[in-house]
Amino acid sequence: MWKFILRRLLVMIPQLFLLSIIVFMMAKAMPGDALSGQEINPRANPAELDRIREELGLNDPWYQQYLRWASNALQGDFGVSYTHKTPVMDVIEDRLWNTVFLALVTLIFTYMLAIPLGILSGRYNDTWVDKTVTGYSYLGFGTPIFIFALIMLFVFGFALDWFPSGGSVDSKVDEGTFAYVVSKINHLILPALSTALIATTSTIQYLRNEIIDNKIKDFVRTARSKGVPESKVYSRHILRNSFLPIAAFLGYEITGLVGGAVIIETIFSYPGLGQLFLSSVSLRDFSVVTAIVMMTGFATLLGTLLSDIILSAVDPRIRIE
Amino acid sequence: MKVETGKNIQVNDVSPSGIKIIWQEIKKDKLAMGSLIILAAILLFVYGASFFMDAKEIAKVDFLSIYLEPSSDYWLGTDYGGRDVFGQLIIGTRNSFTISLFITLFTAIIGLSLGLLAGYFGGATDNVIMRVIDFVIALPQLMFIIVVVTIVPIFNVYVFILIMTMFLWTGKARLIRSKALSERELDYIHASQTLGTPHWKIILFQLLPNVSSLIIVNFILNLAGNIGLESSLTFLGFGLPESTPSLGTLISYARNPDVLENKWWIWVPASLMILVLMLSINFVGQALKRAADARQRRG
Repeated sequence: MWKFILRRLLVMIPQLFLLSIIVFMMAKAMPGDALSGQEINPRANPAELDRIREELGLNDPWYQQYLRWASNALQGDFGVSYTHKTPVMDVIEDRLWNTVFLALVTLIFTYMLAIPLGILSGRYNDTWVDKTVTGYSYLGFGTPIFIFALIMLFVFGFALDWFPSGGSVDSKVDEGTFAYVVSKINHLILPALSTALIATTSTIQYLRNEIIDNKIKDFVRTARSKGVPESKVYSRHILRNSFLPIAAFLGYEITGLVGGAVIIETIFSYPGLGQLFLSSVSLRDFSVVTAIVMMTGFATLLGTLLSDIILSAVDPRIRIE
Repeated sequence: MKVETGKNIQVNDVSPSGIKIIWQEIKKDKLAMGSLIILAAILLFVYGASFFMDAKEIAKVDFLSIYLEPSSDYWLGTDYGGRDVFGQLIIGTRNSFTISLFITLFTAIIGLSLGLLAGYFGGATDNVIMRVIDFVIALPQLMFIIVVVTIVPIFNVYVFILIMTMFLWTGKARLIRSKALSERELDYIHASQTLGTPHWKIILFQLLPNVSSLIIVNFILNLAGNIGLESSLTFLGFGLPESTPSLGTLISYARNPDVLENKWWIWVPASLMILVLMLSINFVGQALKRAADARQRRG
C-alpha cells in the first residue's frame, strides 16, 4: 500500500514539472509581460523601459526566467494583476473561497441524489422505479450543463423568482451576521443544484451497476442462506461493497467541478475562480490567468491522486498493476 | 447414406453479420428507432435548407427590425442585430454538427492509432503513450482550450478543430488501448504471430475488426458530447469565430438577462435543438452499445 502511494507521488513530480513548463510557455505566448502590471509613466522612453526589463530579468534566457517564475510561484507569488493593480494572490483569495463553497455544496447535493436513487434503481432493477431513474440518467447524460443551468435560472431565478439570479451574497447584509450566512447559502443553491442534477447521473448509474453486480455474488447468497434479514443483506453486505468504488470517484468528481466552475459561475454571475478566469482572459490580465490555470491544474492533479489512492486502498488488485 | 453437401452446412453456420445485428437491435428499440428517424429528418432538413440559404444575407445587420417577435416574416423572430433567428438556427445547426463530426473523426483517428499501438505492443511503447495520456487527461481541459484559443495568432474554424482535437483524443485512446491489451492475449493473435504475420497486418486486419464495435459506439457517444462541448465553448465566447455562427452563438445572447427573461425566441429554439440532437444521438448510441455486447442484446 505505502509502496503504491509513494510510487504514485513520484509520478506526480514530473507531471507537476511538465504542467508548470506548459503554463509558463502559455504565459510567454500571451501578449504583454510583467511590466504591463506595474504603474509606469506611459511616456517613459523606450531606453528606460528596456533598462527596467533588464533589471527585472525579462531579457534573460527562458530557463532562467522559468526558474525564477517557478520559485516565486512555489512561494505563492504570481506577480501583479494588470487590471486590479494588486498582487494576483489578493485578487484570487476571495474568489477561491467562493468556488470552494460552491463545489462543496454541489458535492453534497450530488451524493444526496445519487445514493438513494442509485440504491433504489439497483435494488429494484427492471421495475418501473429503476426504469424511471435510468430514464432520468439518460436525459442527464445528453444534457449539456450550460443549457440546463440557463433553464434553471430562467425558471427559478426569473419566472418564479425563488432564488437570486446572480452574485454570491446580498450586498445589504453585514458580514459576520446570521443573515449573511443565510444569504450566502441562498445564492449557492441554484448553481449547485443545477450542476448536481446533471453530474449526479453518472454516479447513479455506477452505483446501480455495482449493486446489481454484487447482488448475485456468493457472499450475498451465503448471507441470505444464513437467514440474514433482507434489509441487513443490503446495508451490511451489498451496499458496503458497492460504496467503496463510489467513494473513490470523489477525487475525479472534484476535478470535474473545478473545470465546470467556468460555465456555471458565468451563467449565475457567481464571483468565483471560474468567472474571474473568464473575465481575466477577456481583459488580457494574463498574470491572473496564469495563476488560476496553474492552481486548477494542481488541484486536478491532486484530485486524480486522491482517487487513485482511495481506489488502491479499497481494491488491492490495482496495486499489483 | 447420403452425404451432405458442404454448401448447405456453411449456410447454416453463418452467423448474422455485425451490421445486421445492429440494425435488428435498433429496430427492436422503439426509442432508438424514433431517435434515428428524428435525427435523420433534422439533418436532412438542415443540410437541405442551408443549401438554399444565403449565410451572408442572414448575417446582415438590419437596425429597423431589432428584437422582433416571431411572425410570418421571421418565423422565430430576430436578434439584437435584426437578424433572422430561424436562418441562424439552420446555419448554426449545420455548423455545430459538421464541426463536431470532424472533431470526433480526428480524435477517433488519433485515439485509435495510439490506442492500438499501445495495446498491441505493450511494454515501453505502452508506457510512454500512457504517461502522456495520464497527463493530458488530468489537465483542466476547458481552461486550457480557452487559453489556447486566446493566444493562437490566427483563429478560424480549422484551428478550433485542431485545438479541440489536441485535448480530446485521450479518453478514446485509453479505452481502445485497454480493449487491445486484452485482445492481444487471445489465441488468434498468438497464432498469427507464430505464423510470422507482420505486426501491421495483425493490427489492421485482425485487431482492428475486433475492436470496431467499441469504436463505433464510442464515436457516436463522443459525437453527442462534442456538440455539447463545442456549443458550451461558443456560448462562453471562446468557440467558433463569429463569422461561423453555431447553436452556442444563439444561446450566448441569453447571457444578457433581458434576452433570457423576455426574449425566449432567441435562445430557446437553439437550446431545444442541442437537446434533441444530443439526446437522439445518445439514444442511438446506447442501442448500439447493447447490440455490441452480446449479453445485453434484447434477442
